[in-house]
This record gives sequence, structure tokens and C-alpha cells, in this order.
Amino acid sequence: MRIFKTSGFTSVFALLTLAAVLVACSGQKFGEGSGSGGGTVRLQGTGASFPKPIYDKWVSEFGKIRPNVRIDYQSTGSGAGQKALLSKTSDFGASDDPMTDETMAEAGTPILHIPTVLGAVVLTYNLEGVTQSINLSPQVIADIYLGNIKRWSDERLKTDNPDIQFPDAEILPVYRADSSGTSAVFTDFLTKTNTEWAERVGTNKQPSWITGVGVGAKGNDGVMGQVKQTPNSIGYVELTFAKANNLPAARVKNKAGEFVEASLTSVSEAAAGSVAAMPDDLRAQITNADGKGAYPIASYTYILVYQEQSDEIRGKALADFLFWAVTDGERYVEDLHYAPLPKEVMEKVAVKIDSITGGGKPLRR
Amino acid sequence: MANTGTKGDKVFQAIVFAAALSIILIVAAVIAVMYQSAVPSMERFGIGFLFGREWKPAQEEFGALPFIFGTVTSSVIALILSIPISLGIAIFLVEQAPKKIARPIAFMVELLAAIPSVVYGLWGIFVLAPLIREYIGPFLQASLGFLPLFQGRITGIGMLTAGIILALMITPIITSVVRDVLEAVPHTQREAALALGATKWETTMIVLGNAASGIAGAVVLGLGRAVGETMAVTMVIGNSPQIAASLFEPANTIASLLAANFAEATDEIYMSALIEIGLVLFLVTFMVNAFAKLLIMSVARKTNSAKHA
Repeated sequence: MRIFKTSGFTSVFALLTLAAVLVACSGQKFGEGSGSGGGTVRLQGTGASFPKPIYDKWVSEFGKIRPNVRIDYQSTGSGAGQKALLSKTSDFGASDDPMTDETMAEAGTPILHIPTVLGAVVLTYNLEGVTQSINLSPQVIADIYLGNIKRWSDERLKTDNPDIQFPDAEILPVYRADSSGTSAVFTDFLTKTNTEWAERVGTNKQPSWITGVGVGAKGNDGVMGQVKQTPNSIGYVELTFAKANNLPAARVKNKAGEFVEASLTSVSEAAAGSVAAMPDDLRAQITNADGKGAYPIASYTYILVYQEQSDEIRGKALADFLFWAVTDGERYVEDLHYAPLPKEVMEKVAVKIDSITGGGKPLRR
Repeated sequence: MANTGTKGDKVFQAIVFAAALSIILIVAAVIAVMYQSAVPSMERFGIGFLFGREWKPAQEEFGALPFIFGTVTSSVIALILSIPISLGIAIFLVEQAPKKIARPIAFMVELLAAIPSVVYGLWGIFVLAPLIREYIGPFLQASLGFLPLFQGRITGIGMLTAGIILALMITPIITSVVRDVLEAVPHTQREAALALGATKWETTMIVLGNAASGIAGAVVLGLGRAVGETMAVTMVIGNSPQIAASLFEPANTIASLLAANFAEATDEIYMSALIEIGLVLFLVTFMVNAFAKLLIMSVARKTNSAKHA
């Protein structure tokens, strides 16, 4: 048994050292090492899954105009998108909810929020015998998810839906078990409209749901599966997802007191209604928006970029792509069931993109 | 010639020793890295992490108990349902079935093992859950409804559904390993038993007794899959961190929690808590495995001593 003397251990330690070196190398920052030489510019984007279909469309259409720019977008979730930008493992991040002040401060250098398209959250349900859209007020939605309204035959539901014959059955609310921008928008709307919700649950990508009320599912498809297979259940999903799968969607009562169906028009209306209140950094919440015909559970989704780009060539490609996307690219938006930015917002966004700099100079000029 | 022979032996010895050592190093490295990342959570929550019943990332409150409960309970349900069926299939294949039937059945069992877990999950949502809601649940409630286990509302999503899905997923693993183990028991033993006038049942019991440690290994392998299963469980368990007596209520497991939340855990303390609960999963797996081994060992001893008596 002389193996203990040298060879075995030496080779094992050599292997370990090699592994350690490999790990250290993989930690290298993305944008710094690989140059942009050779004519082709490669950009990496990471983040929200909600805008993935439109971003993919934009990337492929932009690739036809500028074949030397290759963009790769990975949908990993909003939180991961913010993290990827901060750790500089991506050239741009994408997030359904704007960064908080604290997160932006972590970067140490200004980050721009570029709204790209609008989304909305709809409530879908499985009610046997009910074919028309049901009306839901924010109070009723909150009470269902708080466990205060337990049955479909509840008086408050009947008042809002005099023509609908609800079953005398227990409601099963379905929520997102994973962290999600969809949950953030949904809970933000309820927090704004219901004090009990604000106190007990609040706004969060992954809120603390009331124990014993409802079941959680992973992703939009998980929620859809659960609602489809469980009679008398209700859940919330993204508008694009609901449209693509032809799910029934409730009309939701907005600030003006109307029950509004979620559609591309009513979502754009919500954005238009809150243009005046849009802050200069474009981080805007448009839930419970003012204005007639506005659908109240709507939101922007954002691309996040550093204002000062470390590499001019890559930075220019990125700024060009963003500018093209929110102007010419908007014509692909509606086919994929996203609501386009209102004209006023588009103008603000264009100005914002023009403020991206490289080496201190604006890149788009 | 003799010289080169010993040299070759030494090289070979060194290589296999390095291979054996590497597994220890890998496990040690995984634990070390996880431990290091879990330190912030351990320091902040202490031992209370294991016994806390609330899991509220938004409020930075983390208690692992509902997940430990869910992991252990769903795995136990899976084992209770799967062990008799797996043993039954394996015994039939090895001891009774003519080769013509055994081959296709064995093939089908192995086919089951190759189905991706997301397919099991989809089947769970769209077939099993309605089945439980409409038939199995109400039947259990009517016959055993006096037990708290079967009380309350039946939505088709919850602990029982997860347990049944897991049972399905681990049955092929347990079956194929048990089959190999039974086939390894020398044929002379069966012939000897039969020659002494033992019935088929008695002969099978003797074979099972001799194969006990191998069967334990099979069960532990199956358990490993049950404890670590993510996707299929996430899809049917309801993902609610609660400890309910009823098997119809939604619950959650550690692996399912990790699958649903790891990618999106952005703050440090949340990430740290998730990694700590991953460590807890290590611990739970280890303890459950040890318990299963002990149990089977004691059974084996009993059958052995009965045989010698």
C-alpha cells in the first residue's frame, strides 16, 4: 500500500487546483474581457420572462437591419435581470418592476429605466355555466385572497354581477408561488385600493399569502393549469398569456368606477392617464390609473441600462437597438398582445435613450 | 514480467483510490460551500430556523418546519404506496412470471423511469388531481373520514396528490433494483427450499430475507428521488407552507421550494436562508436514509434468526 506516499494525493491535489482555477476564471465579468473586435457586436440581455416574446421578435427584426449586432436575451426573471445588470454579467437587464432607490444606489453609477411595452394582469376563473365576463371590484378581489369572501354565492359578488347565477361553492384562489413581477403588479393594485390588504399583505414580488387561503402554483402556466382543472377556482395571469390561451378574464373596476375589460386599448389608456404623473426617471406605477376606460391592473416593463457605457461600440449598438425597438419596433407589439407605449411616453423614452453616453459623449449622435 | 505487473497494479490502485477520494472531496466541498453561504442566515435565525412555522421572505422571516414536515410526509406516503407494489412486481418478475411475460413488463417498468418529471407533474394536474377530487378523495372521506388525515375540503391539489405522484415516480427505481437483487440470490437456495418441501410463499420469503440488504438499498434509492423531486411536486402540492393534519390540504417540500424560488432570490439573507434549508434537506435525507437502513436491517435479522430457529 505505497500509494499513500505520493502519486494518489499529488494527482488529486493537482485536479483540485485545476478546478479552483476554472472556477476563478468563470467568475470573470462579461463585458470586460471579451472585446468587440472582428466586426460583430454581441450583446447579452437577462431578465423578465413577461416581455421575452416581444424582445425575441425585436432581436430578430433588428438583426435583419443590423446583421453585425447579435443580441441574446435570456429570460430568468425580473430579480435576476436586476442582479445581472448590477454584477455586469449582462449588457442590459430587464425587469417588470422598476429598481428601488437602494438597489440603484448599489450600482454607484446612474442606471436608466427604459419602458418598452405595457402589460396587464387579468383574473381568470373556472365557473361552470358562467360564460359571460364577471365583474370584480378591488375590494372583492382583496377579500377573496384574504379569505374574507369564501363562497361564490357571497352577496358582494352578487351586487356587482346581478345577471350572473353563481354556484353556491367554495372559492379556491390560486396565486404565484414563485417570485414574480405579475404578483408585484397584482399586489400593488390591491395595496393601493384596500387598507386591510396594505396592512396584512402589502406589495411584493413574493408576498406572504394568508395561510390556509388558496394554493400556489409556479409560473403563469402553473396558475393556468390549476385554474383550468379546478372548478370554482380563480387565479391571476398576464394579459398576453391569457389572450394566447383564450382564458376567460374578469372586468375589473377602475378608479373612475367603471368595470373595464383588459385589452390593449384599455391598458394603453391606463398609461396615457398617468403620463402627467410620470417622474423624470420614468419609473412609474400605473396601477389604479386615472382616466375613463383605463384598466386598473396595468404596468410598464423596463429594460435597464447603465447611462455611461464602458465600451463605446457595444454601447452604441445597444442604444441603437433600444431606440429602434421603442420607435419602429412598436409595430410588432400588438400582434403579440402587448399594449404599445402612448405617444407622449414614447417621446420621453426616446429622449432618455439619447442620453446614453460612452466616454462622456452621447452615443446616438 | 512480474515487475511490470506490480507496477501496473500500483498505478491502477492509485487511480481507483483517487476516484474514491474524489467523491468524498466533492461532498465535502458542496457542504463547505453551502455552509459558508448559509452562515448569515444561521447567525441571524439560529436554531429557531428549524422550528419556525412562518416562511415570509417579504418580512425576512424564515422557518423551515413546514417544509421539513412536507418533505418527510410526502416521501413517507410515497414509500408506503410504492414499496408493496414494487416488491410485488419484482417478485412476480423473478419468481413467478414466465420469461415471455417478464421481459415486456420489465421493459415497461424501466420505461416509466425515463419519463421526465414535468410530464408526471402535468399528468398529476390534469388527470390525478381531478380523480382525487371527484372519486378517491370522497371515497376516503366516506370510509375513513373520522381520521383527521382525511377531513376538510378536497381540491385535488395537496399532500396526498404529491405523495401518489412520488410513489409512481419511485416505483420503477425500486422495482428494477429489487429485481436485480432477487436475481442475484443463488438459484440453489430456492431449489434447496423447495426440495425440503417449502411452499412457493415460504421459498420467496427465504429469498427476500437473504436479499434484505439489497432491498434496503433499493428503497433508499427510491427515497432519494422522492425527497429530492422538484418539478412534479411543485405542480401538484399547492406550494403553501403550512402544517395541516389533512392530506387533502396544500403543503410544500424543501426541494419544491428551492425549485420555485432559487432563481429569483435576490437579497442576501433570502438566498442564505434558501441555502440553509438546502443543508437541512441534506440532513433530512441522511436521517431518513439511516432510519430506513436500520429498519430493514432489523427485519433482516429477524428473518435470519427465524430461519435458524
